[in-house]
Amino acid sequence: MALMRISSPHATGPNRTTQVMLTVCLATLPGLMALVWHFGPGPLINVLLASIFALALEALALKLRKRPIGFYLRDGSALVTGILLGLALPPYVPWWLIFVGVFFAIVIAKHLYGGLGYNPFNPAMVGYVVLLISFPLPMTQWVLPAELTQQTPTLIETLLGLAQGTQGLPDGITGATPLDAFRQNTGELVLDVYAQSPVLAAGQWAGAGFEWVNLGFLLGGALLLQQRIFTWHAPVGMLATLLLLSALFYDGGSSNSAGSPWLHLLSGGTMLGAFFIVTDPVTSTTSTKGRLIFGAGVGLLVFCIRTWGNYPDAVAFAVLLMNFAAPFIDYYTTPRTYGHTKPRKATEKSE
Amino acid sequence: MTEFAVIMLSTILVNNFVLVQFLGLCPFMGVSNKLETAIGMGGATTFVLTLASIASYLVNTWVLMPLGLEYLRTIAFILVIAVVVQFAKMFIEKTSPLLYRVLGVFLPLITTNCAVLGVALQNTSHAHNFVESSLYGFGAALGFSLVLVLFSAMRERLAAADVPVPFQGAAIGMITAGLMSLAFMGFGGLV
Repeated sequence: MALMRISSPHATGPNRTTQVMLTVCLATLPGLMALVWHFGPGPLINVLLASIFALALEALALKLRKRPIGFYLRDGSALVTGILLGLALPPYVPWWLIFVGVFFAIVIAKHLYGGLGYNPFNPAMVGYVVLLISFPLPMTQWVLPAELTQQTPTLIETLLGLAQGTQGLPDGITGATPLDAFRQNTGELVLDVYAQSPVLAAGQWAGAGFEWVNLGFLLGGALLLQQRIFTWHAPVGMLATLLLLSALFYDGGSSNSAGSPWLHLLSGGTMLGAFFIVTDPVTSTTSTKGRLIFGAGVGLLVFCIRTWGNYPDAVAFAVLLMNFAAPFIDYYTTPRTYGHTKPRKATEKSE
Repeated sequence: MTEFAVIMLSTILVNNFVLVQFLGLCPFMGVSNKLETAIGMGGATTFVLTLASIASYLVNTWVLMPLGLEYLRTIAFILVIAVVVQFAKMFIEKTSPLLYRVLGVFLPLITTNCAVLGVALQNTSHAHNFVESSLYGFGAALGFSLVLVLFSAMRERLAAADVPVPFQGAAIGMITAGLMSLAFMGFGGLV
């Protein structure tokens, strides 16, 4: 019997990147379904449009950079960016807004840095922050969940919204999100804020609709964790810090309260951020200790900006700020190699 | 006590001199290629900025104002800064010859760091008292050092990235700084 000489790698299987990216896409489904259930077809159209724009712009960027288009398109990373940006945008925004966001995400934040694996900032969050700062009005108008409106917008109204933004939708369909209600709170007790804000009054813990969307993303994230797509460190670091800080500043529901822990954990982009953004292997840190620090930093910044800053939600800003700090954190959390002593810092000179 | 904390938070994060006020961009782009030089530069700038804001406050209050020479403020401050930088240069040369060699030409260039003059001039326009002036200078320097060090760690990673040729080097550095400035807008309203 002739023994063939076979060199490594011995494990064969589907392209790992493609597999990971497609699993992430599938894991957004529970959250997306909750969004569609509560807010009508708008979020679905957002995700579809953003994905199409993302794939088209990725192909264009690859063509300009003279890279194999089919090979890189199949890795699914552009699709994930498009889906995540589409999920983060408010429903019924005009189509050009989605295009501008995806352009900044794919072309500026990803391909100018050399494409997948080199981008220091999370592309979807760059797109979101650019839109939030440049077009604050359409980016802060959320439609009310189905519990509060007679009917969610129909498909015709959704297409009208695409062309004209929320101005094209019937009156009384947009309203303050739960975090907006707390942002605008001027010295009311937490119980009174809950009673006065329609969206909080109609919900169980953190506002009608929004809490179920967040629970959907939590379910998707738990599935990804079970599939070992990422480790638990970054999401747990972020959620634990947010829980701890919001419990500390809850203040028994007084007029100075920053909102209950449930409000902070189950509203805004908390769960989407914790399981789909903070866990990005490219833009976060690499060691387990580094990931805990990274997640905790995001949680801290989210709470501070939500409570004392100008913006009602802060996941995108917090993620970008920690992306900025990630290489530095990596520098100081290099794990010890087995059998070696702790590596010397590069800042200590040998002379 | 709260007002001092507000000054520190404001100068380090909310009104960061580099990423929000766009002062001191030359050393920010010039000395951020390696982490160790960035840490040294951050330390040296902190030393100079704090001392320069104290010195310029004293010169402004005890020399320029009594003599009615406020129109000479800019020139007087530049002179004060140059003296402080020369002092810092001699100090570093004696205490850490290695850092002195690493910093090289950038140490005298702190003189032309617009953030240093900017802090001194803003101290007079905000009518800060002695403690506020020194805290303002110290906070500005800490904010400058923070973003310089973080940016240099990121640029070390960018050096290995497959950046398209037209964007290599300073171009991608400027784009990164722009994205970071975008992220710093999230701090708006904190103070």
